[in-house]
Amino acid sequence: MRRVYLDHAATTPALPEVVDAMQPYLTDRFGNPSSLHDEGQEAADGVTEARARAAKLIGCLPEEIIFTSCGTEANNLAVKGLAWARQKKGKHIITSEIEHFSVLHAARTLEKMGFDVTQVPVDGNGLVDPGEVERALQDDTVLVSVVHANGEVGTIEPIADISKIVRERGIVFHTDAVASTGTIPVNVDELGVDALSLAGSMFYGPKGSGALYVRHGTRLTPLLDGGIQGDGRRGGTENVPAIAGLGMAAEIAGQRLQERHDHLSALQQKLEAGLTAAIEHIQINAAGAPRLPSRTSVSIRFVEGESMLMFLNMEGIAGASGSSCTSRALKASHVLIGMGCGHELAQGTLLFSTGEGNTTEDIDYVLEKLPPIVARLREMSPLYTKFRKESG
Amino acid sequence: MPMYSEKVMDHFMHPRNVGTIENADGVGEVGNPVCGDMMTFYIKVNDGRLDDVKFQTFGCGAAIAVSSMVSEMAMGKTLDEATAITNRAVAEELEGLPTNKLHCSNLGADALHKAIENYRAKHAAQTAGGARND
Repeated sequence: MRRVYLDHAATTPALPEVVDAMQPYLTDRFGNPSSLHDEGQEAADGVTEARARAAKLIGCLPEEIIFTSCGTEANNLAVKGLAWARQKKGKHIITSEIEHFSVLHAARTLEKMGFDVTQVPVDGNGLVDPGEVERALQDDTVLVSVVHANGEVGTIEPIADISKIVRERGIVFHTDAVASTGTIPVNVDELGVDALSLAGSMFYGPKGSGALYVRHGTRLTPLLDGGIQGDGRRGGTENVPAIAGLGMAAEIAGQRLQERHDHLSALQQKLEAGLTAAIEHIQINAAGAPRLPSRTSVSIRFVEGESMLMFLNMEGIAGASGSSCTSRALKASHVLIGMGCGHELAQGTLLFSTGEGNTTEDIDYVLEKLPPIVARLREMSPLYTKFRKESG
Repeated sequence: MPMYSEKVMDHFMHPRNVGTIENADGVGEVGNPVCGDMMTFYIKVNDGRLDDVKFQTFGCGAAIAVSSMVSEMAMGKTLDEATAITNRAVAEELEGLPTNKLHCSNLGADALHKAIENYRAKHAAQTAGGARND
């Protein structure tokens, strides 16, 4: 059966070049990069090459890259590691309402350890107002972390404006660029950040690969104490195959960035125009903000996300939803609620996230299959019945 | 997708008794958009039995399957028999539900019971009203 994968926000397939780049480090060049012998040096060379490739993609120095096991680890290392290293100076940190859970929950853990956390709100498009961040700054603020592009609705935050305000006060600024890296330009100097997280699995690298950029001279307390790996900032034998894969994915992302952007933007426009034309009572979320070209979050009134996803999956379409029923915690998306979407609309939200392998035919297929699913579910929806009665 | 039994999938894809009843004898509404599921049950009562049962559901696959199963189990039953339908019995008839979806089965039976209560309350009011008129 035909499958149309539109859940690149969950993970992306590894490119063939990525798999080829990883393979030797599982077999022939299996050494531990910390070893002095030839086997170790071959592996170390692989890490060095990947480090240079990742650094080139985000415009930093190779030694400013710390490889991690995923984006979640990178965010934890940033939030906890940067806060811990400064706790004698102060215990206040600032994040936004629409951060990934790996930032929000890391901040929550810090709260239990005696830190104060301020979550700045977002507007209806999911945008953080730099002025709100400025007003939240305190004398004891030691870290501010705001996501570069939200992974769910795709809103691109004004990071350069926020980081300028924060760093002028001598406060460290981190951004979670897991959703944006490899899809739109990400440059640490243009963004003006001290730390930045990325994950290989979001741009056609392998799962289990992530990195944290930390600006030269920025103090960081490690999460994993161990040997001298990662210059003592991240113990543990390097996952050389994953690192090599992330490096290759970064290399290719750099080459294809414009091409990816143009392709994904065209698909996004087609999908959103098609949905708006074919289905009544819907809204495209964050439509008024600069957005990732790879995300379309659409709230469909009177129907619930999981049941739409189940029917879509039967038709061969893989998507995601912001509804309570699709989350293991049974809570509607905190991002949508933070944007003031309201619970009923959040429950009926679908997230389609495209990748470079998607085609216009894929979008046509979704536009053919989704409207009858919505119609069918609305027919059995008490909310729709009520709406029709009330609107005569 | 959640691991749903074949029976749940069958009821989700082909729900029985979907719809509303004009001039229903009883209506029961449960749930709210925060939890993600809402159900409305409509009943028609004849001679102390459920002559017709219809429902509408806003919710996940489990919620839809549960409402469908409840409507099927209740159809033709006496009011007392229908009131005795438990959440557990519904989940069992569906060959089980994923643990985090068990709360959906609570809603199904609750909505039916509420419709029956609604009927009984109306009926009692009518009887009482009739007595006053004498």
